[in-house]
Amino acid sequence: MKDKDTSKADELRELYRELILDHARSPRHFGKLTDATHSAEGINPLCGDKLKLYFRILENGQIDAACFEGSGCAISVASASLLTDTVIGMNTSDALDFFAVVVSRLRGDVDANNGKRAAIDLGKIRALEGVKEFPSRVKCASLAWHALNSAIHQDSQAVSTE
Amino acid sequence: MTHSAKVSILTAEPRPIAACRADFPGLAQEINGEPLVYLDSAASSQAPNVVIDAVADYQRHDHANVHRGVHTLSHRATDLYEGARDAVQEFIGAGSRTEIVFTRGTTEAINLVAQSYCRPKLDAGDKILITHLEHHSNIVPWQMLCKQTGAELVVAPIEQTGQVDTRQLIELMDDRVRIVAVAHVSNALGSILPLEEIIQAAHHRDIPVLVDGAQAVPHLSIDVRTLDADFYAFSGHKMFAPTGIGILYAKEALLETMPPYQGGGDMILEVRFDGTTYNELPYKFEAGTPNISGAIGLGAAIHYLNSVGLDEIAAHENRLLAYLTRSLEGIDDIRLIGTADNKASVQSFLLGDIHPHDIGTILDHQGVAIRTGHHCAMPVMDFYGIPGTARASLALYNNEDDIDRLIAALAKTKEIFA
Repeated sequence: MKDKDTSKADELRELYRELILDHARSPRHFGKLTDATHSAEGINPLCGDKLKLYFRILENGQIDAACFEGSGCAISVASASLLTDTVIGMNTSDALDFFAVVVSRLRGDVDANNGKRAAIDLGKIRALEGVKEFPSRVKCASLAWHALNSAIHQDSQAVSTE
Repeated sequence: MTHSAKVSILTAEPRPIAACRADFPGLAQEINGEPLVYLDSAASSQAPNVVIDAVADYQRHDHANVHRGVHTLSHRATDLYEGARDAVQEFIGAGSRTEIVFTRGTTEAINLVAQSYCRPKLDAGDKILITHLEHHSNIVPWQMLCKQTGAELVVAPIEQTGQVDTRQLIELMDDRVRIVAVAHVSNALGSILPLEEIIQAAHHRDIPVLVDGAQAVPHLSIDVRTLDADFYAFSGHKMFAPTGIGILYAKEALLETMPPYQGGGDMILEVRFDGTTYNELPYKFEAGTPNISGAIGLGAAIHYLNSVGLDEIAAHENRLLAYLTRSLEGIDDIRLIGTADNKASVQSFLLGDIHPHDIGTILDHQGVAIRTGHHCAMPVMDFYGIPGTARASLALYNNEDDIDRLIAALAKTKEIFA
């Protein structure tokens, strides 16, 4: 009984790690970016997460600034906050590689990427990997990343997880 | 054998409600290593063995198409299907079996009324009156109808408690209102609407009333003639029957004036290329091969509800709802959403600033199933300025232990977010 309780509690702790809770409580780069060059909205109709991400992308392709606003569960807000922390300073092609790796790792699909992408170190984004044990929450964790992808491609439509 | 078993359900003494839990095999399982606590019956209820068996027996022994063949199986299937219609008629106190139309569910029943009853009558500038607490299924069909006809959707306000402001609702019933469409019980808030007062006021102005009864049927005893509802819609799957079957009750005089909703087989008497004669009521509104097994399951669910006793069920659930509300109030940082005086079976809440979806995941991890989110009532969430709620909903099979487990799981949730 004790062991079962401990391992179950561990699973929850994996999902709601201190870093996740910290970013959910105090999201970084939260707000609207008034001089954004790229933006996209992400909607998760299942739980009502609604995030808008803003990016200022320079002519050389470098992401100079990133912000987000909206509301969502702890996982989706923390993911968006971590995203903004991570992509500032990257160029868009690296950010897209990062997007592809994050989305496949969140699904627990570690072998999906090869070559250059296989070598990408997710750094603190790894904190989101606890969602693998919670299939219904993978969408929450990947929502902001889909919005990043959409913003870089300048898709005008809101992305939805459904 | 099967026959005598069915009779015994009808004639047995009322069953003690605590014994009923064992009738629901879906409840007897572990989720994430813990015994399941199912507090999501307002979304969809579990089915008792008698319903599961009735559907399986039909599929195994009695299946054929209805209203068609001269062969024995078709007769049997027709008898069972029409027997279910009789059970529904008696269950809601309808005056005639011709007033009972089988649909896919509440949603289809409301769409049927919007398109078949209202659409031919509506002119630009006419009004459809609903309330702020409606489920999307009692909003969107009317919005679509407004787009088609130029009619206006008028929304009566609700109070902070989650009860409809009846005075304002009645004041909004002017001479351009062509139908009033209201919930019997709010799915997100649990409020029971004062239907008698609303229907009387509407009829005083010659306005017909549609009632969305999806959330009411398994909890309250319904008598459509006492209510004097013109239309009453509900779903099987919230009252222990399968999904994909529901009912539109409509007064015969209204059904007579309505054109068919869909065309096809079974709804016709004679088809010729120069014109088709429609079938009599209620078959005119049941195009195509119906959901026969679903209807039979619904009939079995009604027999089951009767065997337990609707008054006993309501008393049990009211006791439990009071215990649930009291227990939730004992938690620091809890905010109850939906605090009307007259409520049934549902309590929505928020816990500190923890997002409902996070609550739902942590509860599920402890075997406790609740609904989280906007409950298909986004305007209600906008009214309270919240993205969603956590909602625990009760059925006859729940007990105090379920609620104690919920409260313990919420304490755990707070611990994780502390």
